Amino acid sequence: MEFFRISRDIPFMRYALVFNVISLITFVLAVVFLATRGLNLGVDFRGGTVIEVTYEKAVDFNHVRAAIDTLDLGEYSAQSFGGSNTALIRLPLKEGLSSAQLSEKVMGALKAADPTARQQRVEFVGPQVGKELYENGALALLLVSLGIVGYLAMRFEWRFAVAAIVANLHDIIIILGFFALFQWEFSLPVLAAVLAVLGYSVNESVVIADRIRENFRKMRKATVTHVIDNAITSTISRTMITHGMTLMMVLSILFFGGETLHYFALALTIGICFGIYSSVLVMAPLVMWLGVSREDLVKPERKPDGEGGKILP
Amino acid sequence: MNRYPLWKYIVIAIALIVGFLYTLPNFFPEVPAVQVSTSKAAIKVDTALLGTIESALKDGGVPFLGTELDPVGVKVRLSDVDTQIKAKDLLQSKLGDNYIVALNQLSTSPHWLASIGALPMYLGLDLRGGVHFLLQVDMKAALDKSADRYTTDIRSLLREKKIQYSGIGREGANVVLRFKDDAERNRARLEIEKAYTDLSLRDADAGGGDLRLVAALKPEAQTRIQAGAVQQNIQILRNRVNELGVAEPIIQQQGAERVVVQLPGVQDTARAKDILGRTASLEIRMVNDDAGALSAAQAGQVPFGSDLYMDRSGTPVLVRRQVVLTGDRINDAQPGFDQRNNEPAVHVNLDGSGARIFKEITRENVGKRMAIVLVEKGKSEVITAPVIREEIGGGRVQISGRMSTREANDIALLMRAGALAAPMEIVEERTVGPSLGKENIDKGFNSVAYGFAVLVVFMCVYYLLMGFISSIALSINLLLLVAILSMLQATLTLPGIAAVALALGMAIDANVLINERIREELRWGATPHAALTAGYERAWGTILDSNVTTLIAGIALLIFGTGPVRGFAVVHCLGILTSMFSAVFVSRGIVNLIYGSKKHLSSISIGQVWRPAAAAK
Repeated sequence: MEFFRISRDIPFMRYALVFNVISLITFVLAVVFLATRGLNLGVDFRGGTVIEVTYEKAVDFNHVRAAIDTLDLGEYSAQSFGGSNTALIRLPLKEGLSSAQLSEKVMGALKAADPTARQQRVEFVGPQVGKELYENGALALLLVSLGIVGYLAMRFEWRFAVAAIVANLHDIIIILGFFALFQWEFSLPVLAAVLAVLGYSVNESVVIADRIRENFRKMRKATVTHVIDNAITSTISRTMITHGMTLMMVLSILFFGGETLHYFALALTIGICFGIYSSVLVMAPLVMWLGVSREDLVKPERKPDGEGGKILP
Repeated sequence: MNRYPLWKYIVIAIALIVGFLYTLPNFFPEVPAVQVSTSKAAIKVDTALLGTIESALKDGGVPFLGTELDPVGVKVRLSDVDTQIKAKDLLQSKLGDNYIVALNQLSTSPHWLASIGALPMYLGLDLRGGVHFLLQVDMKAALDKSADRYTTDIRSLLREKKIQYSGIGREGANVVLRFKDDAERNRARLEIEKAYTDLSLRDADAGGGDLRLVAALKPEAQTRIQAGAVQQNIQILRNRVNELGVAEPIIQQQGAERVVVQLPGVQDTARAKDILGRTASLEIRMVNDDAGALSAAQAGQVPFGSDLYMDRSGTPVLVRRQVVLTGDRINDAQPGFDQRNNEPAVHVNLDGSGARIFKEITRENVGKRMAIVLVEKGKSEVITAPVIREEIGGGRVQISGRMSTREANDIALLMRAGALAAPMEIVEERTVGPSLGKENIDKGFNSVAYGFAVLVVFMCVYYLLMGFISSIALSINLLLLVAILSMLQATLTLPGIAAVALALGMAIDANVLINERIREELRWGATPHAALTAGYERAWGTILDSNVTTLIAGIALLIFGTGPVRGFAVVHCLGILTSMFSAVFVSRGIVNLIYGSKKHLSSISIGQVWRPAAAAK
């Protein structure tokens, strides 16, 4: 079985401008959503309390809300989580009330309303910890970006490094844009997923960059555009298959991993889908615009050794 | 050309055997158990205790599966949860307060596995249920408290040296002294500098003949006090956690001023929070034994400057408001016996200035009573109110008389536990119920299993034998990953399981790269052997590059992540390393084993290789 039977190189680079405009539009849209709607930060980053409560029957939210309303805790939200038997209650930070007291008060009120209420999970994050987690997250993102740029610049060339990181940060912004648009909860696991996507999606850029370099050695007469087209075309099969596989795993987490991993898997799913697009159709054109040339990648002193295929033993 | 030297196969075999051995314990189910340990250095956990426990269980008619003694304590395996609770209650009442009796789960894996260090993976709180707290020590309070102490100390020093001052008080974390006379101030400065090297002194004149001397803690002393405060709080938390009976508590410092407390398997989270969040402090004050004062107080007329408290048996005690000593002057409190009459007693050890103050107080108050007051959650309780028999110097105080051994134990524990150096506040809490933990394990397992199955089926169909080899490599990757996680006893969380799934999904990338490359080589007319070699050799550089970048992301997460995210990062990083080994080294080994021996290889079972030349015709 072979899915990809492409006899001639697909002229990706002929449409480079089109792709770049498309990415620019999606990118701008994502930024607009982020700016106007903002991320729906979870309790991890914003501080506050989350209580997961299960009941024996389907949750009657009118009763739940009525019970919590009596406590006067400010603006809270109560919604179903996973199944219909589970309620997730999000409470804001409240001055002068410790987490212990807060969750106990809420559970007390819920149990009074319905004795079958059972506390499954409590998460409380204080304001300072939330802020630190947020800062650490941003710092991790920065560190990963710098690390990847540094490595690629060392291993290939600065043009590849810049193109790869732009392409991949573009993925990240788009994931965040989705989270802003749909107001999905942005929590610590989602941040982990975002960083994993950054690392993963660079894989793709590396594979193509590797092939571009190899092609520069082998296809001595070809133009830069031709070299890039050929690199993308000859790796497209592996690109689709690998990403398909990883996507299978991620979808498996999305469908079977339960509510806790839901947004984590969702972030990965979006990241992988856009990762394919961006490495192929954002990174490669960028490299081209940045003016990569044969001389940048193929060291002249290697020439006396003969063919590019000399790696063969 | 496609052959491995013997040593490479030996490396693979060893990796497989080790991987298998260390993965094995995860397959054995856990049984309920009761764990008996002690927090007291004086009490030995030995075979005698083991005997006591066994006979206690036999006498109590509680059937048990087996007992074992390890450095932590004695563990008793039981058949079900009901007998587990029965056994716990029985042992707690038989053994008394010197032992911690905790519910636990024990793996049923055989002994020889445990003896080579092969243990099941260490499950995080989100998988086994339990409580995670992050507590912040109030450093400002710790410094204020030490300034308070210095205020008292300097006051008595000046009095001792007969230095005239017009006022002394704490302002923030500083001690401010007022003088009328510059010569007195200079004398005071010299004396204070000599006595307390941790203080830096400066003049601050307010004008109008109000001469001030400000004493502030030197920065290095501040750091030391803060570090000490955290350490002391950790110690107190340990004692409190012991009260809860948790099998494997984790109490660790995190950063400069935070403490992490993790209590796996705790069901009653409310009680845990209650006990941990107790803000207790200890005060020693004099008892107001003025004639008629107590009865007046009981009638509602509490004399000015006194408080009416109850002691532990409910007897009212009238206590003067002035605090003689605070709990942080107490270095230690241990139960023991009075050497004169062998009655139970509590031995209290005071620090230097505590000893000096105590000497002064006892000299002036022989025959009177002093009360040790525990202030907890705004409520004050008199732990004990002994009579001062004589002047006590040297800081070694013995409280004795009319108490049982148990009471002596309690008082000692309360005195120690009451001496929190600085208040703590819960700044993060994550509580997971045990049933949710179980559910999370199942869900995590399912997502790995289904994803893995799809992967294997696709690889086998698309790449035939080479796909099958890739699948074997992937299984070995999973095996090694689980083995390393078990070996390191790294905490496995739900995001960690997701990372296992993701690691497999990403690891297959290497095999796809290799297989695609081999197909491509075949497409351009390479011989099967050459194609195999070229496929592996050329794909290797790409695999390395792409894994390094993924690893960079993983390491950043490891540095900045906490809790579940850290669990994700650990697995993510390890998964990358194992995948490089299995996808390249091991899969090549299998390929070489199958194809390497064939000299004239006509084809490779890698699925259809489509040739554009053939299609063009």
